[in-house]
Amino acid sequence: MLVLAFDTATPAVTAALHDGERVLAESTTVDARRHGELLVPTIETVLREAGAVLADVTVVVAGAGPGPYTGLRVGLMTAQALAASLGVPAYGVCTLDAVAYGSGLSEPFLVATDARRKEVFWGHYEDMRTRLSGPAVSRPHDLPADLPLVGAGARMYAEVVGASRLLDAPEYPFAGALASLAAEQLGEPDIREVVESGTHPVLSTPRPVYLRRPDAQVPAAPKKVGT
Amino acid sequence: MSDEPLVLGIETSCDETGIGIVRGHTLLANTIASSVDEHARFGGVVPEVASRAHLEAMTPTVERALEQAGLRFSDIDAIAVTAGPGLAGALLVGVAAAKAYALGLGVPLYGVNHLAAHVAVDQLEHGALPKPCIAMLVSGGHSSLLLVPDVAKDVISLGSTVDDAAGEAFDKVARVLGLPFPGGPYIDRAARDGSGTAIAFPRGKYDDGTLDFSFSGLKTAVARWVEARERSGEPIHVPDVAASFQEAVVDVLTRKALQACREHGVQDLLIGGGVAANSRLRALAQERCDAAGVRLRVPRPGLCTDNGAMVATLGSDLVAAGVTPSSLEIPADSSLPITTVHV
Repeated sequence: MLVLAFDTATPAVTAALHDGERVLAESTTVDARRHGELLVPTIETVLREAGAVLADVTVVVAGAGPGPYTGLRVGLMTAQALAASLGVPAYGVCTLDAVAYGSGLSEPFLVATDARRKEVFWGHYEDMRTRLSGPAVSRPHDLPADLPLVGAGARMYAEVVGASRLLDAPEYPFAGALASLAAEQLGEPDIREVVESGTHPVLSTPRPVYLRRPDAQVPAAPKKVGT
Repeated sequence: MSDEPLVLGIETSCDETGIGIVRGHTLLANTIASSVDEHARFGGVVPEVASRAHLEAMTPTVERALEQAGLRFSDIDAIAVTAGPGLAGALLVGVAAAKAYALGLGVPLYGVNHLAAHVAVDQLEHGALPKPCIAMLVSGGHSSLLLVPDVAKDVISLGSTVDDAAGEAFDKVARVLGLPFPGGPYIDRAARDGSGTAIAFPRGKYDDGTLDFSFSGLKTAVARWVEARERSGEPIHVPDVAASFQEAVVDVLTRKALQACREHGVQDLLIGGGVAANSRLRALAQERCDAAGVRLRVPRPGLCTDNGAMVATLGSDLVAAGVTPSSLEIPADSSLPITTVHV
């Protein structure tokens, strides 16, 4: 097994290779405005560092969001097209799940990432592997109280949520965590059929989780121009 | 000509996900998924709706193109993609897909200019372009006059709209007349039952000596004319309004196109872009070119509107010209200037 995983649903453009047992290489650049430029070089970096070539890759995994849409689509489009051209399957994993997995926590907590517009994307976790609810999008002060928080969205709104609730854990969905979480699932028999049926708890088809409808107003009658 | 490279072209600058496959100047496949129906109720293209639709449509549309051409991924020699100009988020989906296909297949990538691709596509129908030629591109997003010494290397802007694009004016006037979006085909159809000389609408920048266009004043004039009739309760004959508006647009377009030919001593005019599908534009351009001794080339309507074949065609020209492929780090550039044929 050679898993190529990447995520572009947060300011971190991150890629990793995983051989089914461990992360062979991981590379991350934080730049919220250049996902489209950075992703392919980041993939090339992890291949080089692991001494692997693309033809060795057996499965592509991408963070499916939620996250700011323009960057999110770069990762998912890349996963779909790369997998199609390599003839291997592509799967999506909830981006918040990768943050949760990276925390290594064994008690309940929330993950929050920046959703822009003064909102956060968030999920409620029982432990690093188990999402209880979400993903959802809310104003930071509407998050469930009391639970500790992980993720860059929590840090951004530390004053609203309470700085004492923030845990010291990786704040982005690093691709090493994404790949490890996916690799745990990929050995299952009939995995492709289960994912396509939409019932798998971790893996999905590589399609975006938006959580918001496009901003667009159906116009009223044309404006009068007057005389 | 089987030694010519097989190029797959990807176009996502607006609301059409277009995939084309060419070998040299031979068209092998041209598949399109359009999100136009999703935009219609908004009266215009909604960028986020278009971007979402491109991501959904991309891989199935590529598969359909390969199927149509009877090819497999491993047959493709190069990928070409619209790098700009266009809607930033929409372009980015196509560019991301193109890079991934190029990376996965181990073939070169060519990021190309959308407007130059509109010029290049005519070669699929009418053979190699005369060097130089004048090209007029008219669509919902662009109205440009270009001097084209060599579409793969050198395109010079002679003029463009200072406000609305021609196709934009069609959309806006269609709304005023209660016709659906996109307005071009509906106005064209309505105009067939009307008179182009019924109402004397203004022709912006008609005699200003430049090769620029202006359609904003015309659009407003039509709206005022309609509103005045509505206020006074007089009937509005939609076919006459449509025909007179359309006549004003195509009169200015063809006049300036031939002015460009004259000023630059060029005997060949090409018209491309979605508005080039307009029947009155095609007819009047032919009439005026015949009178001026200029040869007119207009691709068939399916190649005038945005499509992937045009991107593949320009990509093929770049391969033939020995142009260095693009880096896999190229950005999508929503305002890519026409002077940059490839990135």
